[in-house]
Amino acid sequence: MDTVLAGLINGNAYALVALGLSLVIGVTGIINFAQGSLFAVGAMVGWFVTTSLGLPLWLAAVAAMVVTALLGWVINRVAVKPFAGKAPIASVLATIAIMIILDATAELIFGPEIRPMASGLPTASFQLLGLRINAIDMVILCTSVVLMAGLASFLRWTRFGRAIRATSQDREAAAQMGVPINRVQSGAFMIASALGGLAGVLVAAYFTTISPTQGFTVGLAGLAAATLGGLGSLLGAVIGGLLLGVVEALGVATFGDSARQVITFGVLLGCLWLRPHGLLGSRSVKREPLTGTFFSAARKITIPPWAVAALVVAGALPIIPGLFSGYVVGVGVQIITFALAALSMTILGGQAGQLSLGQAGAVALGAYALAIMTKSAGVPFLVALLLAGIFGAVVMTVLATPSWRLSGHYPAIATLATGALIAAVAQVWDPVTGGGAGISLIPLPSVFGVQLDSNTMLYALGFVLLLTVCWLVRRWSNSHLGLYWRAIREDETAARSAGVPTPQYKSLAFGLSGFIAGIAGGFWAGQYGYINATIFNPLMSFQIVIIAVLGGMLSPFGAILGSIVMVGGLELFRFSSSGRLLVYGVVLLLLIHFRPQGLWTDTGTWSRLKQRFTRRSTAEAVSTHEHEGALA
Amino acid sequence: MPSDLLLDARNLNVHYGHFHALQDVSYTIAPGEIVSLLGGNACGKSTTMKTLLQLVPLTSGEIIFDGASTASESTADVVSRGIASVPEARRVFPEMTIEDNLLVGAHTRRDGRAAIRRDVAAQFDLFPRLAERRTQVAGTMSGGEQQMLAFARALMSRPKLICMDEPTMGLAPKIVDQVLDTIQRINRELGISVFMVEQNAELALSIAHRAYVLVNGVVTLSGGANELIRDPRIREAYLGQKAA
Ligand SMILES: Nc1ncnc2c1ncn2[C@@H]1O[C@H](COP(=O)(O)OP(=O)(O)O)[C@@H](O)[C@H]1O
Ligand SMILES: [Mg+2]
Repeated sequence: MDTVLAGLINGNAYALVALGLSLVIGVTGIINFAQGSLFAVGAMVGWFVTTSLGLPLWLAAVAAMVVTALLGWVINRVAVKPFAGKAPIASVLATIAIMIILDATAELIFGPEIRPMASGLPTASFQLLGLRINAIDMVILCTSVVLMAGLASFLRWTRFGRAIRATSQDREAAAQMGVPINRVQSGAFMIASALGGLAGVLVAAYFTTISPTQGFTVGLAGLAAATLGGLGSLLGAVIGGLLLGVVEALGVATFGDSARQVITFGVLLGCLWLRPHGLLGSRSVKREPLTGTFFSAARKITIPPWAVAALVVAGALPIIPGLFSGYVVGVGVQIITFALAALSMTILGGQAGQLSLGQAGAVALGAYALAIMTKSAGVPFLVALLLAGIFGAVVMTVLATPSWRLSGHYPAIATLATGALIAAVAQVWDPVTGGGAGISLIPLPSVFGVQLDSNTMLYALGFVLLLTVCWLVRRWSNSHLGLYWRAIREDETAARSAGVPTPQYKSLAFGLSGFIAGIAGGFWAGQYGYINATIFNPLMSFQIVIIAVLGGMLSPFGAILGSIVMVGGLELFRFSSSGRLLVYGVVLLLLIHFRPQGLWTDTGTWSRLKQRFTRRSTAEAVSTHEHEGALA
Repeated sequence: MPSDLLLDARNLNVHYGHFHALQDVSYTIAPGEIVSLLGGNACGKSTTMKTLLQLVPLTSGEIIFDGASTASESTADVVSRGIASVPEARRVFPEMTIEDNLLVGAHTRRDGRAAIRRDVAAQFDLFPRLAERRTQVAGTMSGGEQQMLAFARALMSRPKLICMDEPTMGLAPKIVDQVLDTIQRINRELGISVFMVEQNAELALSIAHRAYVLVNGVVTLSGGANELIRDPRIREAYLGQKAA
């Protein structure tokens, strides 16, 4: 019973975070990935007010809600409103950028260490029906109940509350009735953010500690809770939160704390497979764009073969020993690794239009497969690499299969859960994966009897892999596979009625992308000689999406360019890890603003330049740019 | 006599990107009139209605409503000045109760709860079917009932003009008659002007006083309903449009 109570307390926090997420999803159709960061900000404000200033907890709660509400207003202004009417991926990435910025700022200000917090509440406890109940338990439960009841009445009975509900059910119709939907959206964001902030204070007071990194985990749990309940359903968010809290607590009591993530994401994935709209999700309200995908259509940049050859030669330069420092070549290897991983997203997103927020899972599969095969079974590196890719392909296909019938935001969340679940399983499956300690002393790659023991040699191997994968991606895109994928991307219903077996082609896209990600993972494991589960967390999945999208997904070169900018460029800021993350977040936000279709994508400038410098007629110049948005 | 007009739309132009959706569209509505805008699929009818509600920006042209230009106004402003709308395909709020749907219709009003309550009651008198289901969720009602709710919701803002986007679309013939009847009642009994966008010329002309015919963003024909209904060109315009 004590376990259930503890679960309810945690579940309460999830419920508050999930409520905020669901409210925002209802009004804007957008998953606010920064919601967890607001939780962390709330906790820190709470710490500052109670512990540094010595003021009472209720004042801390008010302060946290005010600060996070203001942040919510800002988030809407910079990360959501500017992207209204654009491809949804823009605001997904923008809220991820905000998340990174907030977390990095928090770390810069508060430092990475865990701090004790004085809640100022009496530690007295009393017995009720054989249960030991602490004062703080009562405070948390009562506050949440009062708050949820308040929110429900606000939405039900007030003019602004009705406007919020109307806007989330039919934005356009609400606008026609004269509902100021922009103000409604700002308001919803502020309320949602304040809920997250409050949850932060309450949980900090309960555990009497704060840690700047807890926001990310809680944010994911909140998303799991909101999805369990049904995205957009507020009652569902509360039920989902409490349910998740209790199930987690029971699971942790049985299997230990390390099982927490496995339970969270396992429950989430299982629920999506069994109930594609969550427990209370509605089918009547369409919360997602009916046609189109996460990604915007754009034009491919085509460059002449001599330029491709020049780029290949330039890329091969670091192979010449002594030309660059070992450090620079090392960064090059890093760029190649992420470019490989991002190419897996290029297939999935650029071709089939599917968003995967779980590619790190596929990378992990490849990395563990290769590590185990080369270390324990002595399989030669190249064979193991190929098998690692195949392993990634098979597992990703199998795991993606039950998600076929999901629609809207749910497939993306399913991929997020899949990726996180793979990492969580790796974390606890000691006998196979080494658990939290990971696998070390993975043999260095050796190819045809040559051991690759320098950065230069690793670069050479990576470069060959990269060229091979680019070639594969090109081939697949230009074959009938690519044609069918693009048909699915443009209009899945139409594709299906035209006889394209869409589920099969979608899972083929997941499979091939799993193959590439697996190769990337194998290369990762081989070059570092050490892996553990925390490397492959959802942040890596986000990083992969960011590189692929911002590089440009219509051509394999986009992923490489993206990796050069987002991995290589950020090396310039390596003097401070949180400073670097901050820069990363800001660069990301700017790129989404100014190059939402990716760096290596034609927005018209390229065509004009090309027309000016070549003497071809307009008609010819246009015809060489295959318009990717149209179905051939 | 422009000062007698409730609405005077002059030379409206709208572009979607490079696409010229409305080209010099002009029309007027006098107080108490039912004016219909006729046109086939995708010729710009909904766009015309949205310019009136400030939901689509004009590239050029001006709309004078009730003596003042709407140029600098928001949708909320024009709604509170007296333009209500019945959206295409009704678009009631599916998970809200009938009563809440009506209250959203009154969102722009500032004359107090009591007055709004009285108007909710008035809608229930006008549409007894809705009164029976005031706490029912709107999404569970039939198409005809949803259409009535959409009318009632529009009336909640106390409009001088209601614009309706294809109010008979997708309804059974018997229900269509009821809808046309209701539009006439709103017009005659409440003295509210109606701007009715329709594809079905025959239906629209049976209750409209005047009409405009829109073909690919251009007004090609206009006049009294009695003349238009006999005009051979209207059939031509329609057939031509439908073939395109
Ligand atoms: N938001 C928009 N963006 C681009 N084109 C649009 C938009 N809305 C309408 N159109 C185009 O403008 C034309 C007129 O549309 P609309 O006014 O909805 O026609 P109707 O209501 O007569 O069927 C159509 O060709 C349509 O494709
Ligand atoms: Mg229309």
